[in-house]
Parts: sequence; C-alpha cells; structure tokens
Amino acid sequence: MVVLFLFLLFLQVFVLNNILFFGYINPYLYITFVFLYPLKSNRIPFLFSSFLLGLLIDFFSDSGGVHAFSILLIAYLRLFFVRIYFRKGETDYSFFSLNSESFGKIFNYVVTLTVIHHFIYFSLANFSLENLSNVFLNTLFSSIFTLTLYFLGTYIFSKNE
Amino acid sequence: MQQLIYFFRKFKYFLFFLLLEFIALALTFNNLDFHKSKFVNSANTVTGGFYNKASSISEYWNLKSENSILADENTRLKNLLEKNILLNPKKDVIVIDTIVIDTSRYQQKYSYTTAKVIKNNYAKEFNFLTIDKGQKLGMEKEMAVINSRGIIGIIDNVSENYARVQSILNRNSKINARLKNSNYFGTLGWNGKNYNIVQLSDIPRQAPLKIGDTIETGGKSTIFPEGILIGTISEINKGNSADNKVNVTLFNDMSNLGFIYAIKSFNKEEINILEAQNE
Repeated sequence: MVVLFLFLLFLQVFVLNNILFFGYINPYLYITFVFLYPLKSNRIPFLFSSFLLGLLIDFFSDSGGVHAFSILLIAYLRLFFVRIYFRKGETDYSFFSLNSESFGKIFNYVVTLTVIHHFIYFSLANFSLENLSNVFLNTLFSSIFTLTLYFLGTYIFSKNE
Repeated sequence: MQQLIYFFRKFKYFLFFLLLEFIALALTFNNLDFHKSKFVNSANTVTGGFYNKASSISEYWNLKSENSILADENTRLKNLLEKNILLNPKKDVIVIDTIVIDTSRYQQKYSYTTAKVIKNNYAKEFNFLTIDKGQKLGMEKEMAVINSRGIIGIIDNVSENYARVQSILNRNSKINARLKNSNYFGTLGWNGKNYNIVQLSDIPRQAPLKIGDTIETGGKSTIFPEGILIGTISEINKGNSADNKVNVTLFNDMSNLGFIYAIKSFNKEEINILEAQNE
C-alpha cells in the first residue's frame, strides 16, 4: 500500500499533471488508490491516507486543499457504493476484491466514484459560479481520460499475473 | 455522558470525515488569499527539491528555444540602446571614461535577479509557478516576475530556497496596465479561460482603442516598473458594458517559461508608508 501510495503520488505529479491534452484535459489517476485499498472494518487509516495523498498532491500542484477534499469525499462514499453495486455487508469485507467481480459492476462503481470526484474537484478549483460550462466540460473529458487509463491499466496488469 | 460516548462511537467515521474535509476547505480558502497563503504550497523544501530535480532533467529539451529567446532579447535591447543614443546625442558615449555621472544623486529604483521556473501551471483557474530561488538569495514577497517577453506574475510566498509566484493567469491577479501610445490605464486580470488571453478592464471611456495596440505595465503600482511589455489588444468589447473590457493577447507564451527575472523595488516601502499616511 505504501508503494502504491508513493507510486500514484509521483505518477500524478510528475507525469499526469503535465499531459494537458488539448491544453487543459488531465487525467487524475491517483484516485485509483480509493478503488484498490482493501475494505476493512476500521476505516480511519483508509480515510486518513486518502486525505494525505490528496494533500500531498495539493502541495505539489499549489491547489490549497482541493484534491484532498475531493478524494476524501469519494473515500468516504466508497462503502455506500460497495453496498449498492456489489451488495456486500460487513462480513464480506475481508474477502472482497475488485478482480473477482463482474466487469459491469466494477464499471458502474468506478465510473460513479470518478465522476463524483472530478465534478467536486473542478467545481472547487473553479471556486465561483462563473465558467460553469467549463466545469462540466472538464469533468466530462477528464473523467473519460481517467477511466480509459484506469481500465487500460487494470487490463495490462491483470494479464501479467 | 454515556449517550455522548455512544454518539461519538456511532458516528466516528463521519465525524473524522467532516474534520478532515473542514481542514481541506480551510486550506483551499487560505490558498486563494494572497496575504495568508502560507501553509500548502510548492515552495517548501521537499516539493521544491523534487521539482528542481525534475526540471534539471527536462530543461535540456528547451535549450534551443531558450537560446533564441535570449538572442531576441539581446536584439531588442541593442535596438533600444541605439535609439537612446539617437535621442540624446550629447551623451553619445564612445569613450565611457569621459562621462561624469554624479552617482550621489542617482537613485537606483529596481534591481533584477535571474531565476529558473521549476514548476509551471497554466491550465487551472488559479495558477502558480515555483522558481528555484528563495529567501537566501534575496527573494521577497511582492517582487515582480517578468521575462524578456513580458510580465509573468508576482511572488506571493517564499521559503528558504524556493519561491512561489502568483501567475497573471490567476483569477485573483490584478495588475495596473496602460496603453503604450496614450497612457490611459486600466486593470489587468484573467477570466480563467484561455492562457494566451488576459483582460484589461476599467479603461476610461475616452481612451482610443484599436486592435493591435500594445499594452504595457503602468507606473501606478509599486511592484512593477513602468513600461514592461504585456501584449496587444486582440478584441474590443463593443456595446456599453460597465467595465469597458478588452482582451489582450500576451506576448509571453505562458506554457513555455524558462528563465525569469525577479524585480525588487527599492522604493516600495517608502511609497507605501507615504500612501498610508495620506489616508
């Protein structure tokens, strides 16, 4: 988990933040941390490390606490969507793994969390009611970008195993 | 008491979540305030160090464009020098030694320092740059940052070895600017949309505006020296809007910045004290 944490942090800060497709579209792949962190009944370490990851990315990208806010939100909401999409209770947590679920369910789960995160992130980064169309467009394009990278990534890594 | 403990137990995740969200929000608000932003920024030793390493690797790719920018600047300065000699034929300097300059009456207003941009943002609404010099090498808050093509921003935060610059591509930026040919001035800001185009607003109505007119910094601010290039007018807002706004295309390519000059103003404090007395 520590390796994943550092890997995602540096990947985001030094590679993905510099992509700027068409001048402004960026993938925010660091939220993969929320998908990959194992479900546990004690959620404090998970919430805190998600917050920390967001905060460190904020440090690097001079964005105050915007990343921290949005990643913490989806980290908190994760359990709710696990219950809805995968119908898992507290007893199933230790056996739960994304790989063993069907693609359709994973897709819904990941897309929901990604879109929520991106929407909150761009709204907060915009910080006013001007340019609302920009917020929606950014959310849409960046979500597509992030999701493409995420599913490509999981496809490649699962083939290797 | 029992119930209070029970309450905390039951909602401990939610309370923890709320606490952290509150911290994040506070940091966000703090970051956007020019006078307060101290805590989360890339000008600290750790992130600054990482960016410095990364930029020392990537700067090789920009050497060519950096060279041509330098050559352009040299040409411009040489031309300026040539013009200056024409304007003041008496002071036509060939043998420098014969000129007597009374240095006791000359007062230097600004001093320039070079630094390198190690992190550059331009795609967000509130953009900041990080440069590789800090307090140790004389960087201070509210120093102007320019390069040979025009203005870049204002230093808003310094650490020991690095400094953070609030870019003009930041919705909080307000810089005094004027038309080069007529001296009418307005306020330069950014609407957060296109990183090549900034907005000049509050220009007096009688000011003659033409597309292609050059905009430069006015002498009204204590931060920027007079006459630093900004850009040219690219679009004039027709009709009767209250703030008489025009779009200005920057000379600078904000997506490609290498070396910059930080300008320290020696008169700033004196002027500020004087202005505070009048109020």
